[in-house]
Amino acid sequence: MYLTAEEENVLDGEQGETLRKAMEILVALGDIYGADGLIPVKSAQIAGVSYKTIGDAGLEWISNLEGTVKVPSILNPAGMDMLRWKEMGIEPEFAEKQLEIIAAYEKLGISSKCTCTPYYLEGFSATCGDHLAWSESSAVSYANSVIGARTNREGGPSALSAALVGKTANYGYHLDENRVPSVSVVVDHELSGSDYGALGYIAGKEIGNRVPMFHLASTPTSDELKGLGAAMAASGAVALYHVEGVTPEAKQVHFDKPDENITIQRSQLDEVYETIIGNDDDLECDIVAVGCPHCSPEELNNIADLLEGKKIEKELWVCTSREVAQRYPDVVKRIEESGSKVLCDTCMVVSPATEGHNCMMVNSGKALAYVPGMCKVPAMYQKGWW
Amino acid sequence: MTIKIECRTIARGVAEGEVLLSGDALSFLGNVDPKTGVVVDPGHAIYGECIKDRILVFPHGKGSTVGSYVIYQLKKNNVSPAAMINIDSEPIVAVGAIISDIPLVDRLDKDPFTIFKNGDRVKVDSTGGFVELMNR
Repeated sequence: MYLTAEEENVLDGEQGETLRKAMEILVALGDIYGADGLIPVKSAQIAGVSYKTIGDAGLEWISNLEGTVKVPSILNPAGMDMLRWKEMGIEPEFAEKQLEIIAAYEKLGISSKCTCTPYYLEGFSATCGDHLAWSESSAVSYANSVIGARTNREGGPSALSAALVGKTANYGYHLDENRVPSVSVVVDHELSGSDYGALGYIAGKEIGNRVPMFHLASTPTSDELKGLGAAMAASGAVALYHVEGVTPEAKQVHFDKPDENITIQRSQLDEVYETIIGNDDDLECDIVAVGCPHCSPEELNNIADLLEGKKIEKELWVCTSREVAQRYPDVVKRIEESGSKVLCDTCMVVSPATEGHNCMMVNSGKALAYVPGMCKVPAMYQKGWW
Repeated sequence: MTIKIECRTIARGVAEGEVLLSGDALSFLGNVDPKTGVVVDPGHAIYGECIKDRILVFPHGKGSTVGSYVIYQLKKNNVSPAAMINIDSEPIVAVGAIISDIPLVDRLDKDPFTIFKNGDRVKVDSTGGFVELMNR
């Protein structure tokens, strides 16, 4: 891999140990994947935030780093709402460690706003063709597919390295040739709302890590695309997809028709709605959680409308980013008047607060794929939220 | 007589130790106890072996990216391998080795599973881009 003289100096430690390590990580990944060099990135989004995931070892490593990030950088969701963790039933020992992790990242100049939807936030907008170093799988999928920006699915340390250096290795989805679809997915019945998450849950398993081109009978909104991509990145490893006539690259680039063709039937989606994942018994759900990925302003507004004048009988979590919640305090108030909780900085997948529930009802194919395994809580999928 | 084998540098550094060969890929999260360095997965090729101070030879990493931090934990607990040799490195082990200061190389000029035996004394000079099989 080609390095400029300045990049070589960083690799030789002339700008300190933190940058040397960061450069070594970028170069190692570049060599593994055959990159020709490094390219500047517009922003970084860093995974490895929840204390549940990275533990004391991760905290220690981050705490030992020095310096400041070179591009706007933000964090993935953490294990708790930073302000309301007590209400969530989080243990003080966990909260203390979680706050230490956030503080360690902040010391490096990283925004402590923890979200899987950085694209809704000031300073993190991206446009078609921008190079990014994002790590959360649904954010990567949204950036690549819905926005048309370019990012690999960075691991926590590699996204942090890219943030510190301001560059990433030029391979994978940064290159045109890896953005060409290799499988077609046809759905010839109408879809709406949570159908897209169910479709992603089914399609991801068949597509694996390939790039699909969807041919859909209906035209999805950007929120529906968010649900589709998040589910495919969880049940499979899809980091980029195209939708004919909808997503930016599908409109701009002429792609040849892939050889392989998958058709998804309505009955396959219905099966997703009928199964409780993670348990054979007919369990009663005791919690409903929405906002995976974090709710957009439109989704929050729709939830507020649905809850208008109602009181909830089961626990209902609505997960979003703190910045979006703070931008629409009236909407948050309308949701919470029903007894629901609007939780920020975290979600049902990464918070230990999910554990100990009987069965969780979700409207996200991604949550359906992760909650049973990662939180050991059976999950069921609900039709037609909005 | 020592045999010198060229290789690709992934994580810089120099270390020496006794070879431990694993024909199976390794998921540091789940396969290895971070407190003891013992491989705890009963289905694994090197089940029951301790990787501490060894030159750990395995095809490549697999599993969760959290495995990078498990490698760091092994280092902090003084039970990490002295160095690692892969057929083809992937990001989990590469990143784990770099943040933990454990030399890592891959793509040796000769197949490490043919040329090395368990217990062989080997020096990995990742900075120099070679591996040396000592005392043969």
